[in-house]
Amino acid sequence: MAMNSSTMLLVLLGVPLCAAAILAFVGDRKFAPEINILGSAATLATGLGLALEVYLQGPMLAGGKFFFVDAFNIYLSVLTSFVSMTTAMFSRGYMRREREHGRVGKIRMRFYHAMFQLFIFAMLLCLLTNNVGVLWIAMELATLSTVLLVSLYRTPTAIEAAWKYFILCGVGIAQALFGTVLLYFAAEKVLGEGGEALLWTNLSRVSGSLEPTVLSLAFVFLMVGYGTKVGLVPLHNWLPDAHSEGPTPISAVLSGLLLNIALYALVRCKVLVDGSTHTHQAGNIMMGFGLLSILVAAFSLLRQKDIKRMFSYSSIEHMGIATFAFGLGGPIATFGALLHMLVHSLAKSAIFFTVGHASQMHRTQEMERIRGLFKGNPLVGWGLMIGVMAIVGMPPFGIFTSEFLILTATMKDAPYLTPFLLLGLGVTFAALFRKVQPMVSGDIPSYQRPVKAAHLPVLLHLALVLIIGIYMPAFLNTWFHTAVELLK
Amino acid sequence: MNLHIAAQINSFLAALVLLTAFGMLVQKRVYGLIHLFAWQGFFLSLNTAIVGFVADRHHLYISSVLTLSLKVFLLPYILHVLIHRLKIRKEVETIVNIPTTMMIGIALVIFSYHLTAPVRELSNLVTRSTIAVALATVMLGLLMMITRKHAVTQIIGFLALENGLFFAATSATYGMPLVVELGVALDVLIAAFIFGIFFFHINRTFDSLDVEQMARLKEGD
Amino acid sequence: MNLYPFAAEMLQILIILAIAPAFVGWVRMLKCWLQGRTTAGLFQPYRDLMKLFAKDVILAENASWIFRFTPYIVFGTATLAGGIIPMLSVDLPLAASADAIVLVALFAIARFFTSLAGMDIGTAFGGMGSSREMTIASLAEPAMLMAIFTVSLAAGSTSLSQIVQVVFSGQSVLRPSLAFAFLAFVLVSLAETGRIPVDNPTTHLELTMIHEAMLLEYSGRHLALFEWAGMMKLTLFMALGAVLFFPWGIGTGSIIASGLAFVFLLLKLAAAGIVLVLIETGLAKMRLFRLTEFLGSAFLMATLGMLSFFILE
Repeated sequence: MAMNSSTMLLVLLGVPLCAAAILAFVGDRKFAPEINILGSAATLATGLGLALEVYLQGPMLAGGKFFFVDAFNIYLSVLTSFVSMTTAMFSRGYMRREREHGRVGKIRMRFYHAMFQLFIFAMLLCLLTNNVGVLWIAMELATLSTVLLVSLYRTPTAIEAAWKYFILCGVGIAQALFGTVLLYFAAEKVLGEGGEALLWTNLSRVSGSLEPTVLSLAFVFLMVGYGTKVGLVPLHNWLPDAHSEGPTPISAVLSGLLLNIALYALVRCKVLVDGSTHTHQAGNIMMGFGLLSILVAAFSLLRQKDIKRMFSYSSIEHMGIATFAFGLGGPIATFGALLHMLVHSLAKSAIFFTVGHASQMHRTQEMERIRGLFKGNPLVGWGLMIGVMAIVGMPPFGIFTSEFLILTATMKDAPYLTPFLLLGLGVTFAALFRKVQPMVSGDIPSYQRPVKAAHLPVLLHLALVLIIGIYMPAFLNTWFHTAVELLK
Repeated sequence: MNLHIAAQINSFLAALVLLTAFGMLVQKRVYGLIHLFAWQGFFLSLNTAIVGFVADRHHLYISSVLTLSLKVFLLPYILHVLIHRLKIRKEVETIVNIPTTMMIGIALVIFSYHLTAPVRELSNLVTRSTIAVALATVMLGLLMMITRKHAVTQIIGFLALENGLFFAATSATYGMPLVVELGVALDVLIAAFIFGIFFFHINRTFDSLDVEQMARLKEGD
Repeated sequence: MNLYPFAAEMLQILIILAIAPAFVGWVRMLKCWLQGRTTAGLFQPYRDLMKLFAKDVILAENASWIFRFTPYIVFGTATLAGGIIPMLSVDLPLAASADAIVLVALFAIARFFTSLAGMDIGTAFGGMGSSREMTIASLAEPAMLMAIFTVSLAAGSTSLSQIVQVVFSGQSVLRPSLAFAFLAFVLVSLAETGRIPVDNPTTHLELTMIHEAMLLEYSGRHLALFEWAGMMKLTLFMALGAVLFFPWGIGTGSIIASGLAFVFLLLKLAAAGIVLVLIETGLAKMRLFRLTEFLGSAFLMATLGMLSFFILE
C-alpha cells in the first residue's frame, strides 16, 4: 500500500473537511455538484482502502490512540461514504432543479454543499474516534450541521421542523453527555485521570472492573440521549418533521446514515455496560425501546399523508428493529442487526431518491396528488415500488434476510415477543403497500411534469440490496462475524 | 486552602446555582432571565476555579475562563443584542402556572438526589455532594424548556441545561479531559450562532418568537 | 432553685412590651427620612397607644363575646410569644417548655380569633379582610413551618434555645440550608406581619386592606391592644430572624451577658428596621392574586433549604 493506515485515516477525515471548506466559497458555481461528488468519491476510495487494511490486518489504533478502527466501525464508515457519494450524485440534478424552481438561492447553495460535506465529516469522526467524549462532540456537530439544512427552504413548516430538531436533539444529546460524564467518573477510578480514561479501547479492556451501579445509571442517560438521535419512540417527535421538511438528499442521508451513527454510539456504550454489569439489563432497555418504536411507527404509518413523512416513520420502525436486535444480543440477532443497518440504509436512501423525483414531478409531497409513476417515469415508479418491496422485507431482498435472522433469534430467546414483532412488520407491510400502490399505478395526472431522474444511485442501491439478499459476499460475512465477536 | 472550607464554598456556590436555576424557572422577564443565566455562569466559573485550585487541576482554570467568557459575557451579550434588535415583548408567558412549576422543580431536585446516590457514595472528591445539584440543574433547564413557549426562553433553558452538564463534569470528576471540554464549548458556540440565525427566521416567518404558533406539523391533519 | 432564668424571662417580656412601639416608631422614622418627610419622632406610637387607651370602647349591638375577647387573646399570645423567643438569654423557662412549632401555633391562634372577630359584626369589609387573611395564612404558614423545620434539621432540635445555641457555636459559616431558610423567613415575615408587598399597614383604602379591614370596627382600648400586639408581632419576627440566623452576642446565663445581649438586640433590631424599610420602599404592593407566587417562592426557598441540607451538608 502506498499510504500507511494512519495517513489513510487522516485523508478519510480530511477530504470531507477540505471539500466543505472549498464548497463554502464555490458551492454556488456550476461545477460545485461535481466537486461534491468528487469529494465523496475520494472519501469512499480511502474508506475502501482502509477497510481492506482492516480486513487483512485486523483492528488498529491510529493517531496516538485517538482513532480506532475495527470491523464494526469501518463497515459503517464505508457505508457512510458510499451513501454520501450516491446522494451527492442524486443531489446534483435534484438541487439544480430546486434552484430552477426558485426554492433556493446562491448563498443557500453554497451553504448546502458546505454543510453536506461537514455533515459527512462529523459522521466519519463519530465512527472513527476512539474517545467517547469526542464521539459525543461529533454527534452534536452532525446535528448542528444539519439543522440549518432542514430549514433550507425557509417555509414555516421547514423552520418549525428545524427548530424542533434543534431543540429536541439538543436536549436529548445533553442527556448523553451526562451519561458520558458518569462513564468517565467510573472509568477514572480504574484508569486514572486524563484523556486515556475516555478511550473506548481502554474502556472495553477494563469494562469488567467498572462500577456496575454507575454504569447502569450512565446507560439510562446514554440511552435517552443517543436514543433521541436514533429516533426511538417516545423520543422520536422531531424525526418525521426533520426528515420530511428538508431537501430530499438531506432526508436520504439523515434517514440512511445519521440514525445508524447514533445507533452505533449506543451499541458501543452497551458493550461497556454489559461488560460491567454482567446482566441483560441494558439489552432489555434497548429491546423495550425497540419494540415500542416498531409498533408505534407501524401504526403511525397508516395515518400519513405526506410521502416523506411516511418513509420517516418507516425509518423509525427499522431503527426499532435494529435496536431490538442489538438489545436481544447473541450472535444471530447481532448479525441480523448489523446486516439490517446496512440494507436499511441502502434501501431507504434509494426510496428517498425516488420520492424526491416523484415529489418534484408533482410539485408536492402529498400522496393524494402523486399518481401514475409507472407511466410517467418508469425508473421512479419501479424504483419506488421495488424499494418498498425491499423495505417491507420481501424476499429476495437483503432486508428479508436480516429480518428473518432477527425473528429467528427472537423466537429462540424471547418467544413471547415474536407476535408483537410480527404484528409490527405486518402492519407496516400493509400500510406501505396500500399507500404506494395507487401512487405508482394509474394514469398520468395533468399536473405531472417530467424530470430527468438520476438513474445510477437508485439502481446501484437497489442492486446491492438485492445482491446481499440473494448471495452474501464472503468478505461481508467474515466482517459481520468479526463485528459480532467484538460486540459480545 | 483548607479542604473543609473549600467544600463549604463549593456547596454554597452549588446552592446559588440551584437558586438561579429556580429563579430562571419563575422569572417572567426576558432580560431578567438573561441576567440570571449570566449569574449562573458566573457562579459556575467561580466554582470551577476554586475546585481547580483546591484539587490542583490546572486545566480547570481554562474551563473556568472559558465559562466566564462564553456564558457570562458572550452568550448573554448575543441574546441582549438579538432581543433588542428583534424588539421582543419583554414579558414571557408560561404554559404551566408558576407555583405548579416550582412544585415540579422541587420534585425534580429530590429525584436527582436519589438518582445520583450511587455516584455520591462511590466518590471521594470534595465536590461529591454537588452532583445532585448538577443533575437538578439539568432537569430544571429541561423543565424550563417544556414550560415556556418562547424561543428565547427555550434557548436559555437549553443553555442552563448545558451549564448543569458542565457543573456535573466538575463535581463528579474534577472536569472532563480538556479536549472534550473544548469540543463541548465549541459546540455551544456553534449552537449559539445557529439559534441566532433561527431567531431571525422564526421572527420573520411567524412575526413573533412565540413557539406556540409553530404547530403546523401535526399528526393526521 | 435558680431564680435567675425566671427573672430573665420576666425582664424579656417587659422589654419586648416596652420596645415594640419604639421599633415601629423607628421604622416609621426611617421611612419618613427616605421619603423626605418630617418625622413624628421615635415615641409617637406610645402617644397613639396612650390616646387609644384613654378612649371609650364602642361596641356594635350584635357583637358577641368573641369580638370582646379577641383583643385580649391576641395581645396575650403576642406577650407569650415574646417569652418564648430567646432574645436576652438562651436559658429561659418558657423557651425550654415551648418550641418553634408552638410559636407558629400561637400566632395562628391570634390570627384565627382575629378573623372570627372580623366576621363577628357582619360588615362586608370585616368578612373580606378575614377571607384574605386566611388565604394568606394558608400559604404563609406552610412556608414558615418549612423554614423552621429546615433550621431545626440543621440544629437537630425544634427548641428555639437549642437552635440558637447550635447556630451560634456552629463551625460552618456558609450553610446553604440556613441561607435558603433565611430568605424564606424574610419573605414569610413580610406576609405574616402585613408589610409591603403583601399588605400595606398605613393604607386608608378599605378595598386594598387585609389586616386593617378586620379591625375596622374596633375602638378604644381594644384597638390599642390590637395595635400593640401588631407592633410586638413585627418586633418579634425581626428579633426571631436576628436570633435564629445571626445569634451573635446572645446571653448564656449571667446578668452581664444578658445586658450585652440587650445591646446587641437593639443594634440588630435597628439594622432589621433599615432592611425592612429598604424592602418596603423598593417594592410596590402586589395584587392579591400574585401573592400565591410570592408565598410560593417563600415555600420554594424553605424547601430548597431543606433539600440542600440533605444534599449538600
